[in-house]
Amino acid sequence: MTDWPILSIVTFLPLAGVVMILAVRGEEALVARNARWVALWTSLVTFAVSLVLWFGFDPGNPGFQFEERAEWLPEIGISYHMGVDGISMPFVLLSTLLIPICVLASWDAVQHRVREYMIAFLVMETMMIGAFSALDIVPFYMFFECTLIPMFLIIGIWGGPRRVYSAFKFFLYTLTGSVLMLLAILYMYFEAGTTDIPALMQFGFDPSWQIWLWLAFFASFAVKVPMWPVHTWLPDAHVEAPTAGSVLLAGVLLKFGGYGFLRFSVPMFPHATEFFTPLVFTLSVIAVIYTSLVALAQEDMKKLIAYSSVAHMAFVTIGIFSLDVQGVQGAMIQMLSHGVVSAALFLIVGVVYDRMHSREIARYGGLVHRMPLYAATFMLFMLASVGLPGTSGFVGEFLVLVGAFKVNTLVAALAATGMVLGAAYMLWLYRRVVFGPLVREDLKHIMDLSAREIAIFAPLAAIVLWMGIYPTSFFRVMDGSVAQLVSNYHQTVQNAALAALSR
Amino acid sequence: MYAFNIASLIPVLPEIFMAISGMVLLMVGVFRGDRSTRAVSWAVVAVFIVTAFLISRVSGPGILTFDGMFIADGFAVFMKQLALAGSALTLIMSIGFNEREGIARFEFPILFLYATLGMMMMISANDLLALYVGLELQSLCLYVVAAYRRDNLRSSEAGLKYFVLGALSSGMLLYGMCMVYGFAGTTRFDTLFEVLSSSEVGVPVGVLVGVVFIAAGLAFKVSAVPFHMWTPDVYEGAPTPVTAFFAAAPKVAATALLVRVMIGPFGAMFDQWQQIIVFVSLASMALGAFAAINQSNIKRLMAYSSIGHIGYALVGLAAGDEAGVGGLLVYMTIYVAMGIGTFGCILCMRRKGRMVENISDLAGLARTNPALALAFAIFMFSMAGIPPLAGFFGKFFVFKAAIQAGLYTLAIIGVLTSVVAAFYYLRIVKVMYFDEPAEAFERPVGAMMTVVIGATALFVLLLVVNPGPLLSGAAVAAVSLFGG
Repeated sequence: MTDWPILSIVTFLPLAGVVMILAVRGEEALVARNARWVALWTSLVTFAVSLVLWFGFDPGNPGFQFEERAEWLPEIGISYHMGVDGISMPFVLLSTLLIPICVLASWDAVQHRVREYMIAFLVMETMMIGAFSALDIVPFYMFFECTLIPMFLIIGIWGGPRRVYSAFKFFLYTLTGSVLMLLAILYMYFEAGTTDIPALMQFGFDPSWQIWLWLAFFASFAVKVPMWPVHTWLPDAHVEAPTAGSVLLAGVLLKFGGYGFLRFSVPMFPHATEFFTPLVFTLSVIAVIYTSLVALAQEDMKKLIAYSSVAHMAFVTIGIFSLDVQGVQGAMIQMLSHGVVSAALFLIVGVVYDRMHSREIARYGGLVHRMPLYAATFMLFMLASVGLPGTSGFVGEFLVLVGAFKVNTLVAALAATGMVLGAAYMLWLYRRVVFGPLVREDLKHIMDLSAREIAIFAPLAAIVLWMGIYPTSFFRVMDGSVAQLVSNYHQTVQNAALAALSR
Repeated sequence: MYAFNIASLIPVLPEIFMAISGMVLLMVGVFRGDRSTRAVSWAVVAVFIVTAFLISRVSGPGILTFDGMFIADGFAVFMKQLALAGSALTLIMSIGFNEREGIARFEFPILFLYATLGMMMMISANDLLALYVGLELQSLCLYVVAAYRRDNLRSSEAGLKYFVLGALSSGMLLYGMCMVYGFAGTTRFDTLFEVLSSSEVGVPVGVLVGVVFIAAGLAFKVSAVPFHMWTPDVYEGAPTPVTAFFAAAPKVAATALLVRVMIGPFGAMFDQWQQIIVFVSLASMALGAFAAINQSNIKRLMAYSSIGHIGYALVGLAAGDEAGVGGLLVYMTIYVAMGIGTFGCILCMRRKGRMVENISDLAGLARTNPALALAFAIFMFSMAGIPPLAGFFGKFFVFKAAIQAGLYTLAIIGVLTSVVAAFYYLRIVKVMYFDEPAEAFERPVGAMMTVVIGATALFVLLLVVNPGPLLSGAAVAAVSLFGG
């Protein structure tokens, strides 16, 4: 469309905001106010620029678009290579959309060290967009890994009572996974002689080595997704993180896992993918059923939503590894939908937490009498999470089940029970918090959504309905890339099978 | 035999310049007394800078002089300039500190200068005897500066401990050299290489034993496990600027020496010494990671951290090829920058006129002194190897070399220990950022200190923008070591 390096602008624009915030001087209240406004405007402008990607995207081209390439380390052949395809572009937009919402959500909730807080979020934004749009595996790793630093600080500084434990757990869990991935990256570099992602996709690694490389990548992405049994950092991190931190964690960071499978594991190691598909299915089915049951037993709203995230992300892994066009598309929609819906649900919890400073379910009840607007918003997102037709959740889960059914009936059947359990815990949560008599004294003066909060939820609600009613606009974008991914995979696996037969 | 001519002095010109400047400055100090300390210190810094410049001018592709005892090649240029930078920066940091603590004497910068001269000799040694002479010149100066605060019990203890153990290791080194000389018949590195690679019956057992002793002696100097025991005590006891100096410059010189000795004369015995280096590297990484977890004194913690970092650097040597040595050089450069910056931050930990050294003293630093806390956090995340900070590049290149050389177990254990090590680096960040503030440190910290901390922090933070020059510099140096 233009010659402008749109992706680099989107990626590094937030850092310009950081510089501006750093330049703010004066007394504390003034600095805090300025930091909020600068962060909001920076993130809004970034979002506006990122819309160029959405409108300028050519759906007919399954390859990478908006490509940029610059020399970075010419001596060893690592370059700064950016570009998006139908798989990564929606995630870039998801990131740019959620950051202004995070800033708005923290407008009043965060009162101390506002400047550092906003800086952490803007740095996060740069790293997230960079990780989704990097087309060289080393810059990808750097963006991917660097998200740990701001998130560690966000949880540790502005989190709840057990924030230190949670921040460490989050950091060390994820770091352990990703250092193994780093070694795999180094091996791939050594073997293929390049770190360029499109070139690595073409390379075709030795099938016996693919197993090890796949496992190393799996160590990183499985922790990120998170898959059972390495999900235990997630409830802790979510419960202790500030609301906006949970939004980013659930909304974007978990998607790194799914994105990683689609970008690296499946196209680069098809043989290992085929080999390990039963493992992924098993772990995912356990996650769907087990974490749904665990969610039923939760007393803390955020923890409940955190466990529901694990279950929903397990649908994503089932969809990806069904390696069927519908299944993978379902996984993509499910990830985007979960990015919006779980973010909204954490914000919903944040609304009452800001007022009452408690996330205990038993602490609430009968909110519908004082907060009708809140109840309606909550209901929309709750139903989207359950997967009601007409919302984004339905499209994703339905397609994943279609895809899974074609490959493995049992997996589809077991995963479907997860949907039932999901309805159970979400509806029960809703009943306990919103319905019933309003008995507690302090709840009798609770205020409904403010204008700022409506501004936060309105775009999210619009997207949930858009994705649920007219998902074609999203399929249109990802169709080409997903179809190419799936057909390449099947072709490679088939060729290998034929070669084995003819031997 | 060896005919003297004036041209053969040219490659040694920087060292001669340093030695003469040292003598002149010593005279200035003697006649003008302690009043001249500040002037002498800055003069020594100037000497370091001029020497670094001279080194880049006189060296070429492997110039030998003094009958082959001294070599000036690309590897030497790289390591010498690194050691000089480390010495100069730590000396700058020490000026203000010594004045404030009332221990400013003019001998201090002179000792730094001669220690650094010893390092230059070590790095350029091309003969076991030259190696030993350089090493002892450096060590004798270091023993003295470790005990520099002579009325302080801990400082004297550190000096004494360092001396006794250092002498022991020098003894081992000397013994190993004797064995090698006895069985190979020469002490010159290039002749040794020819002798060892041409013998048809394989390497004599005596040489093998000698190499083990030499490796042990040098492992002591780089404080690698299992010869690391002196490090925590000396780091804790020595005055903080001296500790910073220990962590930076002598480490560089000793690593350079270890690399040159292993790759050069004993290059043909790679299969034999590789096992030693792999073990030492593994043990250092593991000990550096696990033993540091429980430390409460930050200087002790940094001692264990430095043991761990040497372990990572040695991964590059264990690979034993150009990529490995290049990775080691990158690692050491970044390590020096991080180490100096961290010790600069530690030097700012001053409260009620006294230095404090506990990690808990850093509590809430992010609120009492945000800039210092930010710099400290940058160094800690970098030491943990989190991209995009410089420490990541160090790890990236040594592990890349290890993977290429097929050392998978070493690489896997290495990255896992780096996760363990990340725990204690994070703990410092946690204390600074998450805990409630303790009493603020004294301010101002001094202009030169701010400059040193700021410059190293910027280097660590912004290396990602253009790492090319460092990488190509290291690659050129590594190639020159392999006679390319």
